[in-house]
Amino acid sequence: MLKDKRFLLMFGFIIWVLLYASLIPLSEKIMSLLPFESTSHLGKALAFFLYDAPKVLLLLTGVVFAMGIINTWFTPERTRSLLAGRSLGLANILAASLGVVTPFCSCSAVPLFIGFVQAGVPLGVTFSFLIAAPMVNEIALTLLFGLFGWRVALLYLGLGLSVAVVGGLVLGRLGVERYLEPWVQNISKKDIAYESELNTFEQRINAGALAVKEVVGKVWPFILLGIGVGAFIHGYVPENFMASFMGKDAWWSVPLAVLIGIPMYSSAAGIIPVVQALLAKGAALGTALAFMMSVVALSLPEMIILRKVLTIRLIGLFVSIVALGILMVGFVFNLVL
Amino acid sequence: MLDVKVLGGGCNNCKMTLKLVEEVALENGLEIRLEKVEDIQAIMAYDVMSTPGVVINGTVVHRGSVPSRDKVEGWFSLE
Repeated sequence: MLKDKRFLLMFGFIIWVLLYASLIPLSEKIMSLLPFESTSHLGKALAFFLYDAPKVLLLLTGVVFAMGIINTWFTPERTRSLLAGRSLGLANILAASLGVVTPFCSCSAVPLFIGFVQAGVPLGVTFSFLIAAPMVNEIALTLLFGLFGWRVALLYLGLGLSVAVVGGLVLGRLGVERYLEPWVQNISKKDIAYESELNTFEQRINAGALAVKEVVGKVWPFILLGIGVGAFIHGYVPENFMASFMGKDAWWSVPLAVLIGIPMYSSAAGIIPVVQALLAKGAALGTALAFMMSVVALSLPEMIILRKVLTIRLIGLFVSIVALGILMVGFVFNLVL
Repeated sequence: MLDVKVLGGGCNNCKMTLKLVEEVALENGLEIRLEKVEDIQAIMAYDVMSTPGVVINGTVVHRGSVPSRDKVEGWFSLE
């Protein structure tokens, strides 16, 4: 049984590599069979879609599978035990990094938050985790890598983690414990024993397969939609059209992009292809990344969920500090690049 | 009689878990006492940080995802 699984894994890997290697020739072949000029509007849009949609989906399948396996080592319980009893500082860096590899769904944000409080994880450290977890994840990084290359993906990883670390540190220093809902303040701390769940090699592989089924199964329509909108922009929006209002010279576009992004809710999967197309039409990278971070990191639904444990005041503070961090990322990018 | 609690707020996975447990019990002609726990403080009493969680006769047997059908059948045949 185990041998079967290993064989299947090898086989799947080879197929994956072969498919990935044939993306360009295949998309060119299909384009040459279609009766469109590759320089026409429709041709440009189609070429973008035919190459990028399969590429991103293929990359995502591979990364989500690997991440599903990695996740089996980083359950929320384990992450909590790693963070409990530490003080502000290095623990914020640890928390933000763990936010990347710990499976997180904003629907579980409240039990997770309380679980951290109960175990005595400092509030500032908990916030570092809560900022990083939705913003820096394998889906965002894969799409950035697929559509922009590894440099931008790494930059996003570094800057996203920085916002999470600094944001958590600031909130921790401000002593915001008094702005928690009263019932949360009254939670008694307790020692929580962590028992590792035994995971066999086979269980981990199964977890990877399940992650592909659940994650890719859920986000593929958004990716296709995002790439579709991106393809339209590529084909039909004139060059440099975005430069005037999302370009480097329009400094006000960064705060505007962040503000518009805050209430918006989209998974990274849907928004990145659109951002890529905007960029190709003259938008500045800092402005585009700030918009994306704000859409992915802050959203109205998550605020409503967190309202159960945080007072309006603390939510306001949380949003302002994260938004400020993203704003600075946008400005620095536009200045440096 | 098994006492089964599904822990979790209004999330979709929680509803699916509840439905799955109900289905499996019905198919096997098992009588269970099934309860959905939505109150966050009651959930935290079981120290479950990722929902949905499943509690059988007071013990947490599952957390963080919709359990597989095999797993649910396993819980029931244990008794």
